Amino acid sequence: MSIPGNWRLQQQRYRLVGEVCEKCGAKIFPARDVCPECARPAQTPFAFSGRGEIYSYSTVYNPPRGFEEFAPYTVALVQLDEGPMITAQLTDVDAERVNIGMPVEMVTRKMQSGGEEGTIVYGYKFRPTRFEQHLRQPDQAKNARPA
Amino acid sequence: MRDVAIIGVGQTKVGEHWDVSLRHLALEPLQAAMADAGVTQADALYVGNMLSGELTGQEHLGALVADFAGLRGIEAFKIEAACASGAAALRMGYIAVAGGMMDIVVVVGVEKMTDTTGPDTTAALAMAADGDHEAAHGLSFVAVNALLMRRYMHEFGYSHQDFGAFAVNAHRNGANNPYAMFQFPVKAERFASAPMICDPVNLLDSSPICDGAAAVVLAPADVARTLNAAPVRIAASAVGTDTVAVHDRRDPLVLDGVALSTRRAFERAGVGLEEIDLFELHDAFGVMAALSLEAAGFADRGQGLRLALDGEIEIDGRVPVATMGGLKARGHPVGATGIYQVVEAAQQLRGLAGANQVEDARIGMAQSIGGSGATVITHILERMD
Repeated sequence: MSIPGNWRLQQQRYRLVGEVCEKCGAKIFPARDVCPECARPAQTPFAFSGRGEIYSYSTVYNPPRGFEEFAPYTVALVQLDEGPMITAQLTDVDAERVNIGMPVEMVTRKMQSGGEEGTIVYGYKFRPTRFEQHLRQPDQAKNARPA
Repeated sequence: MRDVAIIGVGQTKVGEHWDVSLRHLALEPLQAAMADAGVTQADALYVGNMLSGELTGQEHLGALVADFAGLRGIEAFKIEAACASGAAALRMGYIAVAGGMMDIVVVVGVEKMTDTTGPDTTAALAMAADGDHEAAHGLSFVAVNALLMRRYMHEFGYSHQDFGAFAVNAHRNGANNPYAMFQFPVKAERFASAPMICDPVNLLDSSPICDGAAAVVLAPADVARTLNAAPVRIAASAVGTDTVAVHDRRDPLVLDGVALSTRRAFERAGVGLEEIDLFELHDAFGVMAALSLEAAGFADRGQGLRLALDGEIEIDGRVPVATMGGLKARGHPVGATGIYQVVEAAQQLRGLAGANQVEDARIGMAQSIGGSGATVITHILERMD
């Protein structure tokens, strides 16, 4: 992606800043400026805690161009504690240890190195929550999204 | 609004056509469809295509294909809606004829995916997902579906092996389709041992990267019979949309776009589930087939895969799907797929499906999905007795 294209996303990529709807209270990530719940304007910034749990995950063996150096890597849908779901890579964890329901937290990592002359892109990835991972077994983790 | 009929169909064998360029790929089915329709001229040409710019360095397909097809001068555009591009082009043709703006419209879906190598094609296909919030994190389009499949298995208690039911059915039907990329059956044991692409999606869960093109010719239904002995009426054309990113869905395991599109199509056609004789669904991955069956109303939540395991999706089952091989075995040249589905449904209604003929098929439904559920285009076809 272009340099301006990445630069525009710095608040969400580095600080997980989305929005909150003043009308209906919905927490929104990524920022849309229009509330997906009530369709009214929503431009009040809201910083997410970066904590959540794994809704689903997969390991990519055949990566798209630009991600070859990381393969194989694990990607996940993470249900954030505040409500929204987010797509990201997992890091600092072996794929075999990942489980649905595993508590995770956001960290900043290199997303793309862009080759010899390209731009190094940083952004959010998620890792198993420190401390809690020793106290809480993944299979006991609650399932945040009701069936 | 006028009734619209398909008066001609054409298709190319799906495969790796190293020797054929994008523009020439579009020509064979286009000419076959016009010959089938008995027409030599048209009022407009709509080209369904997703990735010509990205994979072959060529955009502006409307005028290009019109010129090379000997139709220089007519109205012509490319129409894009990710994997549903072909169906979107058909919808535009339908609107033009139904609205009385055009009388004869040619619609061709074409995709050339084998000029590039794996990583480039994979990156291009990921453009069907949310660029900033899915693809930018290294998700391939397969990965998006793998996330859904893993969650489906988790919530509803299926094993990976269970998904083989869709692949086995698709390949059984593809074996009898001379236009299919894979004309051979696959045993359940082979599904279990297929190489993993993106855990838990393996090679036999996934539709292939391939080249293909298919075409139809549209005309007002009241003159259709004077042009072709066996026209097929388009009883409904309907679209539903949903979020592009899976993480933005109300529930990732419910395809709201499919539910909307199907309901609108049923209302327009004045038919219900029990009247659908065959369903050409968007089985790009087994999990998409399961979720489509559920959202369309053929199965309850979590029971779409059960329908396949019970044999209800076979040619003589309650809701036959992928009757000529589907995206899995016929192949999924993305922008062409929506037209292949409609051509195959028309074959069924004309009684020309050979060994895969659904007995006395009267009403067929074709549903094309752009992305993992964001654009859903449904066409209901009806035999004109």
